[in-house]
Amino acid sequence: MSQARILMHTVADAASHTDNHAAESAVERQLSLAERLWGNGAVRKTLLILVLALLWQIYATILDNALLFPTLTDTLTTMMERIEDGTLPARALTSVKVLLMGYTAGILLAAALTMVAINTQVGTDFLETMTAMFNPLPAIALLPLALIWFGLGNGSLVFVLIHSVLWAVALNTHSGFLGVSRTLRMVGRNYGLKGFRYVAMILIPAAFPSILTGLKIGWAFAWRTLIAAELVFGVSSGQGGLGWFIFENRNLLDIPAVFAGLLTVIIIGLIVENLVFRTIERRTLQRWGVHN
Amino acid sequence: MSTLLDVSAVTLRYKTPSSLVTATERVSFSVNSSDRFVLLGPSGCGKSTLLKAVGGYHKPSEGSIRIKGREVTEPGADRMMVFQEFDQLLPWKTVLENVMFPLCVARNMSKADARERARAYLDKVRLTKFIDSYTHTLSGGMKQRVAIARGMAMEPDILLMDEPFAALDALTRRQMQDELLQLWEGTRFTVMFVTHSIAEAIKIGNRILLLSPHPGRVKAEVSDVDQVSATDGSAAQLERQIHDLLFAEPGHRE
Repeated sequence: MSQARILMHTVADAASHTDNHAAESAVERQLSLAERLWGNGAVRKTLLILVLALLWQIYATILDNALLFPTLTDTLTTMMERIEDGTLPARALTSVKVLLMGYTAGILLAAALTMVAINTQVGTDFLETMTAMFNPLPAIALLPLALIWFGLGNGSLVFVLIHSVLWAVALNTHSGFLGVSRTLRMVGRNYGLKGFRYVAMILIPAAFPSILTGLKIGWAFAWRTLIAAELVFGVSSGQGGLGWFIFENRNLLDIPAVFAGLLTVIIIGLIVENLVFRTIERRTLQRWGVHN
Repeated sequence: MSTLLDVSAVTLRYKTPSSLVTATERVSFSVNSSDRFVLLGPSGCGKSTLLKAVGGYHKPSEGSIRIKGREVTEPGADRMMVFQEFDQLLPWKTVLENVMFPLCVARNMSKADARERARAYLDKVRLTKFIDSYTHTLSGGMKQRVAIARGMAMEPDILLMDEPFAALDALTRRQMQDELLQLWEGTRFTVMFVTHSIAEAIKIGNRILLLSPHPGRVKAEVSDVDQVSATDGSAAQLERQIHDLLFAEPGHRE
């Protein structure tokens, strides 16, 4: 009977072939410190910011006109002063408080709206129509109207904030729900999950990448809208927000303070983006290996 | 041997945007306890649709599906599904949590009991080392083993497997088939298995239902499949016979 032949290779054979290349053929090699540092995105970005800060300082020193473009050091000094006398933290706190009110209200409304949309056809149509109409409308454009309806005060701000958050979050959540794979839906129903439990235990976690995107976009929209709205009017009960701080100091021609205000806006934005959302992302999407 | 699942004269139709398609026409069969019942047929014979109807995802337009005498009307945890797709595991849960989850929500087990049972079944599919991993770190074969462990841990009336090994590479597929048989030897659960591979059907099943396509009708039923053996050539002979049966029909499109 004819038969195939099997020739065994031993480990020693393989080793003798690779002896000369032992160094290169090591399965794993430690990267050098410089390589690892350069591989870290945060290190690269910090370097970039330092370079930009240096350019700012050099240009402003050459220009030597604090009314147009104060130096970085002037800005930082003013910022420290304003932080020490408590104005900047108080202003920032006012802004963030109003922002959180509007943001939370917007998310709750978006949740209710998507819940209806995912369960009924009319709800879907309603959500799609409303989003198509209002998503392209800048929230700030509603401010004059809001001022008539709700007067000078937090009511108007919260109203425009809700408008800026609601549609982005609802749109992303809804499209996330629609994108949940058929298999996962069938798995959920296999477990006998229905109604609210089905949405909470299957749809929301499965659609989480889209929901998080919606929350991030909503946050960015809300932050911009708030600062812009505060520039138009920002005083309620004698305590304005960051936008008002910028506006006020421009009127006083205290340009370093204007810059300090802007810098605070940027820093708060960065903190939320890099600490809050990035942490959520690391704990969820990265751990689960899902992408949006 | 008692009849566990009774499918009688089931016609399944589904709508596409332009037409009403008949997937299966008056299909009848019954599955006994501890059967390894295989639905075999070329694409378009409605075998997957039939399995999903047993799962409760399609309502028959005619006929009835009964499990232990109860009419099947909706999906339920008494019939656990194992799908072909790798994304059937919940990516936001670890391997252990994936197996525990249905035990907690559908069987109302306490966390501790669920954990204990999930561990036991994950041991059986040899995934003890990976219980705390998230599913995206697993290979395709390991994912399917988690899905099988999840189905078995529920100790359902019947395990419904929809081409569970079709997306695996050939080597892994053979290994998984052997493992499934070993698991069956251990607990003798009832399983309904859909495949389009004749060899797989012979290897896995003790009974095979042959379906012809467009629309799906029962062509033949093979029983005592586990009597054939791969070593004396009887399995190869049965494979040829089934092949001829399935493709003898004039005008078939394959």
